[in-house]
Amino acid sequence: MDPRRAPRTVIDPKVRQVGFFAPPDRSQSVPLPQSSNSPSSTPLSDLSPSGNSLSPVMIPPPRHLSDLSSLPITAGLPPTRLSPPVHRFSGESVVPIGSYNPSEFASPSVGDLFEDKNARSPGPRRSRGGGGSAKIASSLPAGGFELPPEVKPKSLTTVSVFSNLRPNVTEKLVEKSIESQDGSGANSKQPLKEKTSKAERRALQEAQRAAKAAAKGGNGVANIKTGKSNSVQKKDNASVAAPSEKRLGDHKDKDRKKDVPHPRMQFDDATRVEKAKKRAIVKQTEVRNRVELFRHLPQYEHGTKLPHLEYNFFSLNSNSVHPSVYKVGLRYLAGDISGGNARCIAMLQAFQESIMEYSAPPERALNRDLTAKINSYISYLIECRPLSISMGNAIKFVKTRIANLPLTLSESEAKANLLSEINHFINEKIILADKVIVRHAVTKVRDGDVLLTYGSSSAVEMILLHAHELGKQFRVVIVDSRPKLEGRLLLRRLVAKGVSCTYVHINATSYIMHEVTRVFLGASSVLANGTVYSRVGTACVAMVANACGVPVIVCCEAYKFHERVQLDSICCNELGDPDAISKVHGQKEVNHLKDIADNENLQILNLTYDVTPSDYVSMIITDYGMIPPTSVPVIVRELRKEQIWSG
Amino acid sequence: MWWRSASFILDRNDNLLQDDSVPKPESRLLSPPASYMAETVHNPNPINKISAYYQTRAAHHGVVTSDWLAQAQAAVGRDQPSDSDTSLKSSASVKPFSVIEEFNNWRKQPDLAEAVAAVRALASVIRSSEANTIAELQSELKAASDSLKSWDTTSISLTAGCDLFMRYITRTSAFEYEDFNSAKSRFLERAEKFGEISYKARKIIAMLGQDFIFNGCTILVHGFSRVVLEILKTAAESRKVFRVLCTEGRPDRTGLRFANELAKLDVPVKLLIDSAVAYSMDEVDMVFVGADGVVESGGIINMMGTYQIALVAKTMDKPVYVAAESYKFARLYPLDQKDMVPAVRPIDFGVPIPSKVEVETSARDYTPPQYLTLLFTDLGVLTPSVVSDELIQLYL
Repeated sequence: MDPRRAPRTVIDPKVRQVGFFAPPDRSQSVPLPQSSNSPSSTPLSDLSPSGNSLSPVMIPPPRHLSDLSSLPITAGLPPTRLSPPVHRFSGESVVPIGSYNPSEFASPSVGDLFEDKNARSPGPRRSRGGGGSAKIASSLPAGGFELPPEVKPKSLTTVSVFSNLRPNVTEKLVEKSIESQDGSGANSKQPLKEKTSKAERRALQEAQRAAKAAAKGGNGVANIKTGKSNSVQKKDNASVAAPSEKRLGDHKDKDRKKDVPHPRMQFDDATRVEKAKKRAIVKQTEVRNRVELFRHLPQYEHGTKLPHLEYNFFSLNSNSVHPSVYKVGLRYLAGDISGGNARCIAMLQAFQESIMEYSAPPERALNRDLTAKINSYISYLIECRPLSISMGNAIKFVKTRIANLPLTLSESEAKANLLSEINHFINEKIILADKVIVRHAVTKVRDGDVLLTYGSSSAVEMILLHAHELGKQFRVVIVDSRPKLEGRLLLRRLVAKGVSCTYVHINATSYIMHEVTRVFLGASSVLANGTVYSRVGTACVAMVANACGVPVIVCCEAYKFHERVQLDSICCNELGDPDAISKVHGQKEVNHLKDIADNENLQILNLTYDVTPSDYVSMIITDYGMIPPTSVPVIVRELRKEQIWSG
Repeated sequence: MWWRSASFILDRNDNLLQDDSVPKPESRLLSPPASYMAETVHNPNPINKISAYYQTRAAHHGVVTSDWLAQAQAAVGRDQPSDSDTSLKSSASVKPFSVIEEFNNWRKQPDLAEAVAAVRALASVIRSSEANTIAELQSELKAASDSLKSWDTTSISLTAGCDLFMRYITRTSAFEYEDFNSAKSRFLERAEKFGEISYKARKIIAMLGQDFIFNGCTILVHGFSRVVLEILKTAAESRKVFRVLCTEGRPDRTGLRFANELAKLDVPVKLLIDSAVAYSMDEVDMVFVGADGVVESGGIINMMGTYQIALVAKTMDKPVYVAAESYKFARLYPLDQKDMVPAVRPIDFGVPIPSKVEVETSARDYTPPQYLTLLFTDLGVLTPSVVSDELIQLYL
């Protein structure tokens, strides 16, 4: 048990160090994408034996294949498998590096190489890396682990099997790999190291490795097995192998737990990113120049994921992601569904559909298996777009309900129970809550008011329309901002209903604020210290309103409240497409940043959310009434009592 | 609706009768001059919506003569049936019972707060109810409390008291297994308990609040609050030496009455005109005010002038303490001063005001929570932000 624990405890300090020492990390992950023009990549491809045959990034698919071929497999493999054998021999020698590399190189580079440089990776191949591997994996377990087929749950998710598989491979190949790796791994590593050229960083990294090795030494398995003394590379390799061996025994539970990447995974931690990457269904490409301050957040290139996913839609394996969930993910990605409530409802409905068609495998308890299933859906959805806090709360709710299902229920009863619970949640916590909010908020609209709103919030829109229906005489100022310009849609709908509107951009906020009497804002979430987490720009509007003495009213359903406390918008946020800022929608010729987009000194930051301190908020309107921002913890506490999101 | 109810007559009686009371020696200073009548002051808004709440308070603290009481009672009695017919189901019975009447009976005791009177009136609704089912009883109670609330919409504590009573009485899950009679007695029990709690609240607050008064301190008081008076009384009785500055409290000169009461306790008092608050703030150690209502944000609604005193005190870093019973906690959330049900009160300027001149007749203002230091309530000494906590718990 404890050897399995050991790697974790070792990883933890590393997280912290990686965070501090971002530059060396960068030097390792960045050179690869830069390889098209940077000198550092040349030694890599020249020196490493693997480099001349195949770039390390090509490895993941062949590795499975080589493994598959080495195992007696009875299960039928999908035809896609037949195409790669050509690469297999080259892959063979590279495999060990593959097992080593992922922990060292940030995988985003994988995609980049595929995209930009590697002429040997044709399109279909790329797709196989994602969806294709899913197929292989799902069909594999029967042979792969040599366990009785009936024990093997058919419904094991792609994700879990995938990660099970890898360790198995590495373990087998460790012996063979080490020899070659001593040369190749060290060589390929050397140039990267030199690039950092900072002695103390390097020393620190070495120390960190040593610490890790020491911890690993405790379990001893890997060291003994490899029989090699103290090469740094070996240790690292061992660290991959050691946990894998342990995992073989009780892989199910463990991998289940690890299924869903932490919703706030630190993306500057290369190892974790790598792990998440391996499970990924969506192929993601990291942007070239990541913003240094936001390295802990996923910074992927937009526009590359969607075609890939669409491509895979019809080859979708029924065992991985349910089509309805897949569809919702696609729509998140495409931006069809935006707004906290819409996303949440879409997700819940997709879950409902998948539950409806779900049947538990004979050997497993429904609530366990279903939780795993939902987990895999969620990890897929996270890949499409990071979860909003409201979705996180809804997911907690669903999971709690699944976990609390009485075991005595039959499957159909349990499913019906779940479906109605989810329905109940949608109706009560979202739809009805909105109605209550509208009812409260309308009392704050008087004749002659000038109401200002920012962006496009569904709750605020309902309030404005309802107040208009009640015949109140008021004017609306819609403040909007690039690049999404969501306010224009709101403007269109309000004007169509006959509301008198003024449309300004956020630059004009301070000018227009003097004639405003109330500011109504939507929120993505409200945190326990009263901080409002909302569309970027909200804080600016609220601050100006506060300075002008205009009351700021935030409308937010109580299910979006979160007990976390956040002081700035850096530690948790979502980054949008940087291109959206540099380009002007609809005007292709306007792209002044085009020529310098690849410049290392340019980091474009497209922030999605910001936080508004509670000082600027006069009132929060929720389904529990109108409360001051200081009372958010009360609501969170009461909700927890209600067992909405316990567990 | 309410101008057809008893309150209207009460208001008028009040005005008329206060004139009669001028000769009384004690109220020499306090009673308004003969030109007090609203007619002399030209009210630009001809709507005669004078806040019953403030009229009642004026009656209580000013000059309540026995014949005024008799007259008022008679007036209430006359006006009675029209109210009870509409508001109560029990009016079908032989002896029509009215909450309003009951309420007014209780209300006439000068010591009794309006909300406590309402609670007692509602308790007597239960007592005299002829309902046979719990649902019936509850709807009857609901109707009674609604009629009470609509009787005077300007009184926050009345509304809040009724709401809280309803919550307190009906929020129980133990009714299912009991038969109706025991349930009813349970209701009654709770109602009386609530009434008792409300009645004792003032004592509790006095005990809590007097700890904050230290020897040799100077306290600024605004308005006539019975709770604040109780606190000062308790402090004086425990032989604390302190000084009180009383604002004049225009237009109904509540400060003069308050000074009078304190003088009886041998507490050194100094009277200020309302505009001298900032001038004398530097010698003040703390500000004590009462509240008409404590709102969800933790701010208070109180007699006009509280807000500016709180502002001055905040600027000069003096603590502002509010003494308020928990039945004054209301689920209101004013965003600014105008965001309240207006409570209008006539103002006497001593000279005729030309009709072109507008007069601000609002009787109260809203003090936002950031200007308040602590609230002394029967639930304990609270910071403003806890008010909403308590309210949410009560109404959730």
